[in-house]
Amino acid sequence: MSADAAKVKLELTAKHFASDQDPRWCPGCGDYSILAQVKKVLAKIEAKRENTVFVSGIGCSSRFPYYVGTYGFHGIHGRALAIAVGIKVAQPELSVWVVTGDGDGLSIGGNHLLHTIRRNPDINILLFNNRIYGLTKGQYSPTSPLGKKTKSTPMGSVDFPLHPLSVAIGAEATFVARSIDVNVKHLAYVLERAARHKGASFVEIYQNCNIFNDLAFEYATAKTTKDETTIYLEHGRPLVFGKDRNKGIRLDGMDPEIVELGDGITEDDLLFHNEKQEEPSLAYLLSRMRHPDFPEPMGVFRCVERPVYEDLVMDQINEASRQQPGRLEDLFDEGETWIVE
Amino acid sequence: MVVSTRLNGAQPRCVEVISLGETTVRFAGDSGDGMQLAGTQMTTTSAIFGNDVSTLPDFPAEIRAPAGTLAGVSGFQLHFGSHRLRTPGDRVNALVAMNPAALSANLSDLEPGGVLIVNEDAFTKMDLSRAGYSADPLENRSLDGYQLFRVPMGKLTAEACKDTGLTGRAVGRCKNFFALGLVYWLYDRPLAPTLRWIEQKFGSKPVVADANIKTLKAGYHFGETTELFTVRYEVAPAKVPPGKYRRVSGNEALAIGLITAAQRAGKPLFYGSYPITPASDILHFLAKHKNFDVRTFQAEDEIAAMTATIGAAFAGAFAVTGTSGPGMALKSEAIGLAVMTELPMVIVNVQRAGPSTGLPTKTEQADLLQAIWGRNGENPVCVLAAATPADCFDMAIEAFRIAIGFMTPVVLLADGYLANGAEPWRIPDMDSLPRLDVKHPGPVEGFKPYQRNDKLVRPWALPGTPGLEHRVGGLESRDITGEVCYEPENHEHMCRIRRRKIDNIAEAIPPLEINGDDSGELLVIGWGSTYGAITSAVERCRKKGMSVSSAHLRYLDPMQKNVGDVLRRFCRVLVPELNLGQLAYRLRAEYLVDATGFHKIQGKPFTISEIEAEIAKRLNK
Repeated sequence: MSADAAKVKLELTAKHFASDQDPRWCPGCGDYSILAQVKKVLAKIEAKRENTVFVSGIGCSSRFPYYVGTYGFHGIHGRALAIAVGIKVAQPELSVWVVTGDGDGLSIGGNHLLHTIRRNPDINILLFNNRIYGLTKGQYSPTSPLGKKTKSTPMGSVDFPLHPLSVAIGAEATFVARSIDVNVKHLAYVLERAARHKGASFVEIYQNCNIFNDLAFEYATAKTTKDETTIYLEHGRPLVFGKDRNKGIRLDGMDPEIVELGDGITEDDLLFHNEKQEEPSLAYLLSRMRHPDFPEPMGVFRCVERPVYEDLVMDQINEASRQQPGRLEDLFDEGETWIVE
Repeated sequence: MVVSTRLNGAQPRCVEVISLGETTVRFAGDSGDGMQLAGTQMTTTSAIFGNDVSTLPDFPAEIRAPAGTLAGVSGFQLHFGSHRLRTPGDRVNALVAMNPAALSANLSDLEPGGVLIVNEDAFTKMDLSRAGYSADPLENRSLDGYQLFRVPMGKLTAEACKDTGLTGRAVGRCKNFFALGLVYWLYDRPLAPTLRWIEQKFGSKPVVADANIKTLKAGYHFGETTELFTVRYEVAPAKVPPGKYRRVSGNEALAIGLITAAQRAGKPLFYGSYPITPASDILHFLAKHKNFDVRTFQAEDEIAAMTATIGAAFAGAFAVTGTSGPGMALKSEAIGLAVMTELPMVIVNVQRAGPSTGLPTKTEQADLLQAIWGRNGENPVCVLAAATPADCFDMAIEAFRIAIGFMTPVVLLADGYLANGAEPWRIPDMDSLPRLDVKHPGPVEGFKPYQRNDKLVRPWALPGTPGLEHRVGGLESRDITGEVCYEPENHEHMCRIRRRKIDNIAEAIPPLEINGDDSGELLVIGWGSTYGAITSAVERCRKKGMSVSSAHLRYLDPMQKNVGDVLRRFCRVLVPELNLGQLAYRLRAEYLVDATGFHKIQGKPFTISEIEAEIAKRLNK
């Protein structure tokens, strides 16, 4: 099969994952691109529609399940992850995806994000970060920068923002990655990695809200700046970036610094990425590299193995059943019984 | 009850045996004194002996309040008799007080002339002052109206344990067995069940087992040999239906019922819950029974417990969440999601005294209207309430029968009194248990998630089934297809359908029964844990010739079809409730009858005599 034919097939099969509903996001919204890549990845990993469930909370991104032809559950604000855990415990073999946003996932649903991540169920969590409340028409979100002027912060936000990946790594997520809505190839790569990871996969996707927070990520997407403002992580490779691939990240003690290659500095002096490092400090350090002081890392920050929640749940049930198969007669007779003639 | 005169040690030994039809004993001490254990042991022993029993523990919200203070007093009341009992007893006939605080907190419940056994070793200056006594009540004749027995339990327990190898504070912890042994002698109870229990419980710690056994026997022998006691009591076995029995608390019965329902349907049981008094024991019980495919999820908060339960129901488990009032408030938005998505699940509210944190360990019935109406929008669910501890078993199964039969969340109300109260439970035959048949649609063309049957019930289509892929959510759905729909007529149509579906449950439940005559002067109608007190009070009044009957609601929404008819057959309707009139409000609104309430909100259940007096008042007797 030629490359073109393969592409056609992939796009055809992506349609297999469309629902009968037309997306109702604003024209130009970054969500369209993410939806397209998710459907392609579902086709590529040969997901089965009947064994796949998309779960969401409330917000623009949370309309996502209506547009995928799998099982879907559009929940209430902030609670998608808890719904997903319930599904996963009831039917561990299902493939469960959660689509959330910066408000849904980090504000009202922040507690569930921490606790779901620490339990490590095999769920793919996609957090669309547009740094604004879109569905409620333009209030600042927990990821909006300090000083951000919005409808609810006319003099600028006085809240310091949360950084989603730092939060996820703080809760020791086993898979943490970042991509951007418009970088479709990279987004598809990251989504596929997340899908294939066994355990809770947390993906932050920079997503442009062209109505209420347009160009929030222009620094990371514009042709003229993106090579200087982003750095693409590769496992086992040094952190190199720049239009001419002539800059890198070096560690100065515990702190990263930008250095120019040459003049006695080689790639060997740079920080090498290791996504498999059990200890989360390196991933956390990378999550702290932020524009404009540093290029922002894209790709897989962390991918480690740890037992999966629903497996542990079922192991205990199987072990208990093996030790003593459950019989109602035994249950009723527990403790002291007596006979009345 | 026959009361002898106050005794003292100098009188000649002569033990008289008095037969009682029923009696009530309360153990009271510090929360660390093991009073719950002593009470539970005596309950099991009395049940095995053949008495009917009903119990009520009463413990403080603080696990270990400062020793010797009123805040730290823990009590356990046991009512046992030779006939059917429905409450833990109105007045205490015998009180065991392990310290001055326990005496102070409980004395007002002891009947005049009642038996009062105190651990005199604990009546030190410091303990007296901690309990707020300025003078020693054992010395100032303030207890002359009771049969006071001063027993140096601390010294006698130390004596009993001296050759066991047990030392220090561990010896002090055996005191409850001394008190128990003494009470066993006083009421002629067999020691064997408790001896068996000690051997099982402390099998791996022979020193502890030996010390407890010796202390129990020392207490018993103290009663027998000392000249302090000249009277002992016997309570003959009750005539109860033949069968195999065990003791259950409401929380145990409820958990057993949930497991039974899931097992009868061949389903996994999912229980999502956040720890909260007095519901946590359901979680503990279920977590110990994973061999019945019970999947417990201790959630990060009440909302996660509720929404995970919704997820589990969507994926086909028998899904349950359990909580108490504050948790119920947190779950309410998510319960609306369960109503919109029309998924079957059970929401258990073990009510406690509110509002807010309220009295966490005390009972109340003030969440009824919250259960029925406490959510945004037109948001109907089925609401049930259990009437006795053992009834929690039947109602848990009934809740699931309705949930799966009508694809609806079902709220099952219990309360702290039912949860911790215990009574004998006749173990059901397997054949008598309902079989819960669940039907899931298989692969079909053109599946529509909100296509309803003649009862307006939608199909329970499970993820994993090819061809049934569909989306549900909290946005209003179009009738039949389930897609998001903002059309005004559709919204009204769906609101009406959701209500009618709940109303249809009335066709599938048994009619309300009346205890007593079918019509008359006064109907006493209640719901939930007031069953025992109401039924017993009405029986007493009927024996006195009053024209009064009672009825008890287990179905609060929808109510049984004949409720209005029953209400209208009586001149007056009295509604006793542990709230300020929630059922009365509902009955008046729904049936336009002049139902009037009788209320108590003290964190305690009604006594029989309280209701008896109110009935007499209403009938001008």
